[in-house]
Amino acid sequence: MIGITLQALTSHWRRNPLQLFTLLGGLILATALWCGVQAVNSEARASYDAAAATLGEGQFDQLVPRSGDTISHAQYITLRRAGWQVSPVIDGRIRASDGGSIRIVGLDPLTAPGGIGPLGATGDFDVADFLGNGPAFVTADTAMLLEDIQTPPLIIDPGIAPGTALTDIGVAQTWLSKDSFTRLMIAPIQPIGLRPLIDIAPELDLQPAQTGSDVGRLTDSFHLNLTAFGLLSFAVGIFIVNGAIGLAFEQRRPMVRTLRALGVPLRTLIAMMATELLLIALVGGLIGIVLGYIVASALLPDVAATLEGLYGAQVSGTLQLRASWWLSGLAICIAGTALAGSGAFWQIARMPLLASGQPRAWAMEAGKGRRIQALAACVLLILGLALTLVGQGLLAGFALLGCLLLGAALALPILLSWVLAFAQNRARTVTWEWFWADTRQQLPGLSLALMALLLAMAANVGVSTMVSSFRLTFTGFLDQRLSSELYIRSDDSTALEAFLSPRADEVLPLMITQTQLAGLPSELLGARIGQTYRDNWSFLDATSNAWDDVAKGDAILVNEQLARRADLKLGDSLQITPDQSLSIAGIFGDYGNPIGKAIIGENLFQSLYPAISATQFGVRTKDAAGLRSALIDELSLPEGNIIDQASIKAFSIEVFERTFTVTTALNVLTLSVAGFAMFMSLLTLATIRLPQLAPAWALGMTQRELGRLETIRAVVLAVLTAIFALPLGLMLAWVLLAIVNVEAFGWRLPMFFFPWDYARLGVFALIAAALAALWPAWRLSRTPPSDLLKVFAHGR
Amino acid sequence: MDVRVLLLALLVPLSALAQGFAGMGTDAEGFTTPSPSPTFDFPADHGPHPDYRIEWWYLTANLKAEDGTDYGLQWTLFRSALAPGDKEGWDSPQVWLAHAAVTSPEGHFVAERFARGGIGQAGVTPEPFEAWIDDWQLAGPDFDTLRMTARGTDFAYDMQLLAQGPLVFHGEDGFSVKSEQGQASYYYSQPFFDISGTLELPNGPVAVTGTAWLDREWSSQPLASDQTGWDWFSLSFEDGDKLMGFRLRQSDGSHFTSGTWIEANGATRPLPHGAFQAAPLAQNSIMGREIPTDWHVSLPEKGVDVRVTAINPEAWMALSIPYWEGPVRVSGTHSGIGYLEMTGYE
Amino acid sequence: MQVDALSKSYMGATGPVAVLRGVDLTLDAGETLALTGESGSGKSTLLHLVGGLDASDSGTIKLDGQDVTAMNDVARAALRRSTVGLIFQQFNLIPSLTVAANIAFQARLAGTHDAEHTHKLAEGLGLSPHLSKYPEQLSGGQQQRVAIARTLAARPKLVLADEPTGNLDEDTASDVLDQMLELVSQTGAALMMVTHSPALAGRMQRRLHLSKGLLA
Repeated sequence: MIGITLQALTSHWRRNPLQLFTLLGGLILATALWCGVQAVNSEARASYDAAAATLGEGQFDQLVPRSGDTISHAQYITLRRAGWQVSPVIDGRIRASDGGSIRIVGLDPLTAPGGIGPLGATGDFDVADFLGNGPAFVTADTAMLLEDIQTPPLIIDPGIAPGTALTDIGVAQTWLSKDSFTRLMIAPIQPIGLRPLIDIAPELDLQPAQTGSDVGRLTDSFHLNLTAFGLLSFAVGIFIVNGAIGLAFEQRRPMVRTLRALGVPLRTLIAMMATELLLIALVGGLIGIVLGYIVASALLPDVAATLEGLYGAQVSGTLQLRASWWLSGLAICIAGTALAGSGAFWQIARMPLLASGQPRAWAMEAGKGRRIQALAACVLLILGLALTLVGQGLLAGFALLGCLLLGAALALPILLSWVLAFAQNRARTVTWEWFWADTRQQLPGLSLALMALLLAMAANVGVSTMVSSFRLTFTGFLDQRLSSELYIRSDDSTALEAFLSPRADEVLPLMITQTQLAGLPSELLGARIGQTYRDNWSFLDATSNAWDDVAKGDAILVNEQLARRADLKLGDSLQITPDQSLSIAGIFGDYGNPIGKAIIGENLFQSLYPAISATQFGVRTKDAAGLRSALIDELSLPEGNIIDQASIKAFSIEVFERTFTVTTALNVLTLSVAGFAMFMSLLTLATIRLPQLAPAWALGMTQRELGRLETIRAVVLAVLTAIFALPLGLMLAWVLLAIVNVEAFGWRLPMFFFPWDYARLGVFALIAAALAALWPAWRLSRTPPSDLLKVFAHGR
Repeated sequence: MDVRVLLLALLVPLSALAQGFAGMGTDAEGFTTPSPSPTFDFPADHGPHPDYRIEWWYLTANLKAEDGTDYGLQWTLFRSALAPGDKEGWDSPQVWLAHAAVTSPEGHFVAERFARGGIGQAGVTPEPFEAWIDDWQLAGPDFDTLRMTARGTDFAYDMQLLAQGPLVFHGEDGFSVKSEQGQASYYYSQPFFDISGTLELPNGPVAVTGTAWLDREWSSQPLASDQTGWDWFSLSFEDGDKLMGFRLRQSDGSHFTSGTWIEANGATRPLPHGAFQAAPLAQNSIMGREIPTDWHVSLPEKGVDVRVTAINPEAWMALSIPYWEGPVRVSGTHSGIGYLEMTGYE
Repeated sequence: MQVDALSKSYMGATGPVAVLRGVDLTLDAGETLALTGESGSGKSTLLHLVGGLDASDSGTIKLDGQDVTAMNDVARAALRRSTVGLIFQQFNLIPSLTVAANIAFQARLAGTHDAEHTHKLAEGLGLSPHLSKYPEQLSGGQQQRVAIARTLAARPKLVLADEPTGNLDEDTASDVLDQMLELVSQTGAALMMVTHSPALAGRMQRRLHLSKGLLA
């Protein structure tokens, strides 16, 4: 029985290959997009991690030597034998074959604190080979720069920061011809009962872990948003799947009725159809995952890195990574199919045996559910509004996002129906009156595809707004914060300033102390207010002469985090010491920093904290490289204490650019998926539509005219959907930037508008809709009259 | 990937030693292997033997506080060589690993340390005797009079040890056979230490006294390839006799047993395969593993038929190489105390 | 209307099938004609060709002096709008438009819409209470009445009906036919109706039987 029933059920797909294609296509695209976004996400994350290893090595407290000194082997062993869990790092530069320099970083893997960037990012290798006379790990680009140079064996690893070779500390010492260390990392967890560091190593300085700006934190926010985008893309795909399943089940109702009448139990039928759907989901999911990888690797400029992820998993047999990928991709595909199919199964299960076996015209069917749909849309949108007003927490932010998108999608057919009814009333010729009326009648059949289009376009508007706003903010922020060419860390501020003042254009010392501001643990900074600050810093909000007041010691600047948490506004008075209060003259954006920060003028800071001298210096100069070598050679400043922020900035921006390129490409893909949904819906409807079109033809309209109107209809619907998608997308971006981000990370990203991007998107959507409509319309205009005439003669 | 995970790969030879899992039965190429009828040269042999793959200084102690609470203590230094021989500096092939633990009836505190040889961070010198890694040490003017310290994030100890009897040699004069195929190690002990000192625990310092047992063992291939782990007992009976016995579990379900009967005066009798018998009485689920912490131990030729019970069944060493190690209580034909080590329960 | 030597064949499964094989026929203004025949005799095809719905293989059809067979798509569409009125067995109406809009549809397409005339027709057919309803809300008889009203509202010179009452029960069919004949005679148009019912055919002025593509 099962065999013959199966044959009957699957015969449907053989007779309707287009439907099977739609269903599989939807599943494949949805899964591929989801996997692609995930792959891009993790790839970008790996790049950031490598960057963070270079930019923010300060995730651990460190012991550093006073100016001009190094840390000797004996000092290290003394600390270890006193029980301190410290690990040596050597950091130096060698000349590369192109005349530039390569940074050599040596670590001791046996004592290094867990999870440090470079080793954490490194893939599989034999650790025994790392020790003693082992290899150095570099990126392929760095390896090229080392081509004609005597090096240890090189191993290519995309996880290493650019321009850096990571190797064992012993190898690095030999390579750099040094027998000392640059600094010691201090493990975050130490044994009990240790003597204070100052007693054991008074000649070394403790440099606290960086708690402030960290590329990782900034990008976390980006990835959260990108993940939301991935889910959205998946939702678009599932809309297609839902449509295909709905149609296939609707059309198989007579068959189900006949089979049941012939004695096949309902349960068996449902089990078989569920199995069939599961198989389709599995096939679609698997192809989708493969496609997702291809998409990801094609999108990423660094194809090799992605392929390494793909092949590396296979070759090295680290199945965990691969299994998690396949499984999560498959799971979401199957879950999505189950979600999309549940309604159809519910109907089949409830259908009485003697119900009409005629498939109801699918296009007409939704009419009754319209009211429920409207109600659901209203409830969701009101809930969204309520969440905006009173919701708190990240979860509320995501719930708001869900309510907004789902509500808008459900409301779309109703809104479109209103607009079309209005147009119908205003139509002046009977042809146009019929056009609008007929368009309205097509809505139920097209609404899933239109919802998919709406979501795709809203996601596009939202994500491109978010990403571009993010980019503008980030680059602006970098310009502001990394305006100095060199950043120097030194304890001997007098000597450094004396050395720098004849050589540099401007020296910007920074004094830092940890304190409580408005009851919150914060950093108070003393800054020399000069032209650089005035030229480069921008405020979220500031009085007109903020810099002058701060320079005079009459006012204070606070970061957004502090202002938000302590509810501070411009002009508020902020107490910084028991007998010193200052008026707030400006609030500045401080993206990526978790704690509160405030800035006062250099002189005021020195009078309040005479014991604290500047340890960080920004230096403006036109010859960063020359000054850098002068500092090292003449002032014997350790290499690691000089940071060339320009190259860091260039590198960070490049990393971001990569991700933006990828996002753009994903936008196009998502829209293509929506276009595909539209195409499939129109193609499906075309077969059902003949009885609706035949009378108009018989009464004197040509087939060509009908075909033309069909194309215009698709474009009009796309235009209307685009018009609704724009505000929805902007709302989406607003929720991501102003609510989700604030809840997740404590700062709000400013929102910028990009009308040209939106216009381009709109044009793209129109082209997609027109393309989707073209073939069905062309087919209609070529339908033989006899097919149209059959409508009038035969009972359906 | 966490550095520690990488280390696990690095420390394969070492973990073989500590744990006895099957991968450890590797070939001894390049390394010297133990041969029968050894002649020891003290104090030199208290120091390291870098031509052998693995070696340890392994001390366990049964302690009692003034209020009668039982405590157990462990201090272990492992040496694992990536290649035979030693060199000064970072390219030394010697890697050191140490474990320290304190076990009370309610708690189990552990710590571990890693170091490379050749740089002074860890090592052993025979005279004056000093075994150290970071600030952990087992050191004294000689092997009979030692001070022992270690500390972790939640405990520390500082103990004095004084030997009350002679060194004891296992197997045939210190040549201890570990399988029927002939895998063997050099193995001797000092089981007669009196120990006293202070434990620093989260609830404050505790003064303790008791007895301690120090094992010295080195080899290049301690286990046969089909041996999956071991259960090792060191028992001190109230009448002064002691029993060291171990059971090597083999992948076919059979066991290889060996041991030494030690009289109160230090006279020994090696126990041939099969003489010492141990069988689990109950399994405990600890950290997701089924571990036997209640044993039936017998040595018919000495009329020993006892039950060995863990003082704290939760004495799991959740370190880079995980195993179970803790103090035990002995009851039955003989009463006493001792230590139990079980490896290879993955 | 004058039809001469009209032939038409369709592609069947085994090759071309001749449906009409040289049909000659004339119909004058105000005349009513019943076309009967077996299934497949070609009577519907003849109707479709005359109505400009399909193209013939050979022969001529002249309506009011115009040669339908020489017309292109656009001209035939204009013919359907203004010269002929078509009433089918089913799916006559445009489902997305109201009854009122349906009735006015063809007349407005043809540009001959006369509100008063349309109103009278609707009243005469008893459709006044249903003007704002949609086709799917009407019974079969009412739907056919709407189709008749729509056809006559455009004042065609020739009304072509293909089994217009085929989907109706006998009593309703008789009523609908009565109303149609009466209204057609009022407008002075010619009527050609395809039917297989001898009873209905008997109420026409002339009756022709089509068999195997030829008039008997």
